[in-house]
Amino acid sequence: MKNISRVSKYVCLILIGVFHLIPFYILFNMAFKSSEETTSKWRFPIQATWDNFANAWEQAHLSRALGNNLIITFFAVLLVVLIGALASYPLARFQTKWNQFVYMLSISCLIVPALTILVPLYKFIVDLGGINTYWAVIMTQVTFSLPMTIFLFTGFINTVPRELDDAGLIDGSSRIGIFFRIIMPLLKPITSTVIILIGLQVWNDYQFSIFFLQKPTVQTIPVALSQFISQFQNQVNWVAAGCFIGMLPMTVVYLFLQKYFIKGMADGAIKG
Amino acid sequence: MRKHIRTSAWINLMYLPALIMFGLFIFYPFIQGVRVSFTNWNGYSPDFQWVGLDKYKALLQDKNVLITIKNTFIYGFGSTILQNFFGLLYAIFLDRNLKGKGIVRTIVYLPVIISPLIMGYIWYFFFQYDGGTINDVLGLFGKEAVDWLASGKVAVWIITFVNTYQYMGIAMIIYLAGLQSIPKDFYEAADIDGAGGWIKFKRVTLPLLMPSITINVIVNIIGGLKLFDVIIAMTNGGPGYASSSLSTMMYNLYFARQDAGYAAALGNVMFLMIAVISITALIALRRREVRL
Repeated sequence: MKNISRVSKYVCLILIGVFHLIPFYILFNMAFKSSEETTSKWRFPIQATWDNFANAWEQAHLSRALGNNLIITFFAVLLVVLIGALASYPLARFQTKWNQFVYMLSISCLIVPALTILVPLYKFIVDLGGINTYWAVIMTQVTFSLPMTIFLFTGFINTVPRELDDAGLIDGSSRIGIFFRIIMPLLKPITSTVIILIGLQVWNDYQFSIFFLQKPTVQTIPVALSQFISQFQNQVNWVAAGCFIGMLPMTVVYLFLQKYFIKGMADGAIKG
Repeated sequence: MRKHIRTSAWINLMYLPALIMFGLFIFYPFIQGVRVSFTNWNGYSPDFQWVGLDKYKALLQDKNVLITIKNTFIYGFGSTILQNFFGLLYAIFLDRNLKGKGIVRTIVYLPVIISPLIMGYIWYFFFQYDGGTINDVLGLFGKEAVDWLASGKVAVWIITFVNTYQYMGIAMIIYLAGLQSIPKDFYEAADIDGAGGWIKFKRVTLPLLMPSITINVIVNIIGGLKLFDVIIAMTNGGPGYASSSLSTMMYNLYFARQDAGYAAALGNVMFLMIAVISITALIALRRREVRL
């Protein structure tokens, strides 16, 4: 009896795993099949080919898109960590009425979906001459990622004993000095969470990029792919290869750092 | 207790950069959005007229808006219910001592890190009419192929399903962390009282999971109500507006129909809706949390 329930549990486990892998299996089949091979998508390719990848890489200009993704994600994450950590220190340490108000104001921005202010935001970026520039996307990404970042950093700084600050003060450090020399180094674990959460969001972003990056030379992977796909809808194998390439970088990072991804996600949630 | 707060005001300058960013890219546009919604501005020309509440009145009479709001609710609440149900189910199942559960956890979580746009394109292969994988299976059993995405009503649920498939990993991880934080003695005490599995779940697990439930519900509601990428990838909101959400409709109104005033009015309605729903949910859920 006990054995049967054990076996059924493992059958369940395998079924869940297989079910969640099916989309990737189909994508794999299609990406490696030549367009002449018109068998069902469920079938493994008879003669695997790299042609689809070459075509998608060329036609969607994915090497350029990859470079754009790297630039935008790097600077957005760098700025969000810097601005977020700076802002969180006084908000966590000096909880005056005014600072509590500022904190609430920052956190309430969490529920403002960027798209609800699309019209005026887009116009504002146009007026600033920010269309087709990296900085416009980076700045908007940073702004909309800041509430979460401030939320995580203040939560973490609250758990750092105040005695450390006091010890610094006695040693004659300034508050800024205390922040950079004592607090900043302690923020490493939460910083890795922020980098993962925000980095992922910026890397995969479509809603800002599609508006602000209209010129092909500045487009990121999701935007480049969406235009490639609307152009080559009938070349399903190319589309599949494009999607495959598009998801590859993050998948590789995830498989190597999955402990941090999962821990980061759980931390991010529980600190609430 | 803190004895005293020693601070000079200039330390508060540290959050000035953040406040400037919020001011420039959230508050200023937000106020402008309210202004624009009272005009008939088309999005680019310097001329426009004040039209008062006309755009809001038009919203109320627009059938497409009604469909879109209904869809948005399905995306929001449908995904929330599904993600939490399956996330919790998986978490409870994977909390057991099973070999290989780590691999399954990795697999279930994998879609979370992939662009939702790409996820939408991948799932499109399943629901395509011609050569779609699901129609292939139906054909195997001698059934007629179905044009899944041609009907808005079905497409809305398909998109909800795809969104659930993609993000249920987050709910699972948060519930797993929640389950592991429940002290084992609580279950032992329940055992001594002779409580069965269901009673233990209802009386011990669920109440102690309330903080995780709060987080998951809020995150999923906000995520679902502003769903955009997957819809663009799978149906582009179509046919017509039959599967559009408020996000895709705004995009469409502004860029395709060039009706900025109308899009701004819709944006304000959407903001109000999401704010009211998520704050209500937050307050209601927080009340039910128990402290350890």
